Amino acid sequence: MTSSRAAFAAILAKDLRSELRTLQSLPAMALFSVTTFVIFRFGLDRTQLSGSLAAGVLWATLLFAAVLGINRLFVAEREEGGFDAIRLAPIDRSVLFSAKAAALVIYLLALELVAVPIFALFFLQDLGGLAPLALVLLLADLGLAATGTLISSMAVNSRARDLLVPLVLLPLVVPLMIAATGATEPLLALGGPGYHRFGTWLMVLGLYDLIFGLVGYAVFDFLLED
Amino acid sequence: MYGKGLRPLSIATVAMLALSLSLVFFYAPLDADQGFIQKIFYLHVPLAIVALVGFVVGGVFAIAHLRTNNRKWDAYSYVSIHMSVIFGVAVLVTGSIWAKASWGHWWVWDEPTLVSFLIVFLMYATYYPFRYAIEDPERQARYASVFAITAGAFVPLNFMAVRMAQSLVHPRTFGTANGGLPGEMMLVFICCLATMALLWVTLVKFELTAKSASGQVKRLRRAIDAPAPGAASRIAPEVS
Repeated sequence: MTSSRAAFAAILAKDLRSELRTLQSLPAMALFSVTTFVIFRFGLDRTQLSGSLAAGVLWATLLFAAVLGINRLFVAEREEGGFDAIRLAPIDRSVLFSAKAAALVIYLLALELVAVPIFALFFLQDLGGLAPLALVLLLADLGLAATGTLISSMAVNSRARDLLVPLVLLPLVVPLMIAATGATEPLLALGGPGYHRFGTWLMVLGLYDLIFGLVGYAVFDFLLED
Repeated sequence: MYGKGLRPLSIATVAMLALSLSLVFFYAPLDADQGFIQKIFYLHVPLAIVALVGFVVGGVFAIAHLRTNNRKWDAYSYVSIHMSVIFGVAVLVTGSIWAKASWGHWWVWDEPTLVSFLIVFLMYATYYPFRYAIEDPERQARYASVFAITAGAFVPLNFMAVRMAQSLVHPRTFGTANGGLPGEMMLVFICCLATMALLWVTLVKFELTAKSASGQVKRLRRAIDAPAPGAASRIAPEVS
């Protein structure tokens, strides 16, 4: 148990340090989301957003920005031999799944720390919904990290890496997006945040996180065998 | 060796198809509300149920593959999903026809069952490019099993999420307090459901037999050093 925890901490620290030094995912994700907001501003021809439109723009942008990071999540492992090192190390391989998912959650939180204030600055009039929105963001990030890590680890060993992640991940996260936009919509409604079915949607998000966290943890072993 | 019992199974399927269709057209009462078009229900709903069960069955075979590491189960999983995707096309087409006749539109978005089925169908449609992108056959089999298990867990969750997002306008035919099907309709429906399940099993068995036969031919050719005619499929698993 302690060795697993140590391995988890080591892999996570390695990932965060290499991201901090190379900055190959996060700036691109943040830049992408800001540009997408600008495109939505002209695509929808709106300067103010609220309710379902605001929720849709926010979540579509965050999802596509997340896909950029998910695409690159295992590239270093494959190109620099990280997979071989994990296979050689006397540790439980599922640790790689949890460490990578944790790294992805941190990337997504960092992305949202930049993207959501800019979104609010660009489009929102009422900022009261942002505090409860943080909870929705956190729960959705956990689910996105679980499925994203699983798909990314498979896609990176295929011929069509950049193609497979969006192709397979998008249908897989549809329930997550339904719940996330469902919870966000009343929060960003015109005239103050509402909490219509907020708890129900949070429960769906939690259920999604739980199911795909467990599935990913259970099947990840088989992806590293060779 | 997969061909054993295929002939009686096929005959039984054809007989059941004939029986079910004649029951649908000559025995089942006309729906008071929707009239003749409602009869597509006997085709559409069993197809949908069989396709969804087939997806989950593919996931169960995938679990068997990962547990035993026997490639046979990967072939079972592949064929189950393959057949269910084909059934899924039929479900979407018949559902569209029914929607046009009953609600006046080919596609209705505030219709949870239709939308969930579309999402599940899209999910499984990515199974093919996914398999195709992985070259090493053993890794392909393992990854495909992981995909099948993940997608199998996704099916019920997706239905729940979509249903919660929308109003309930789909005809809830079963289990409603004062609704429910009259006895004759229920009988025909169960007969159709059994037929579709039988059809699915027969087609799965057919494809497995074909794959096993072509695998055997390939091995025999290799034994006498004759080159195989044409390239082998890169995504369909071989059956021994």
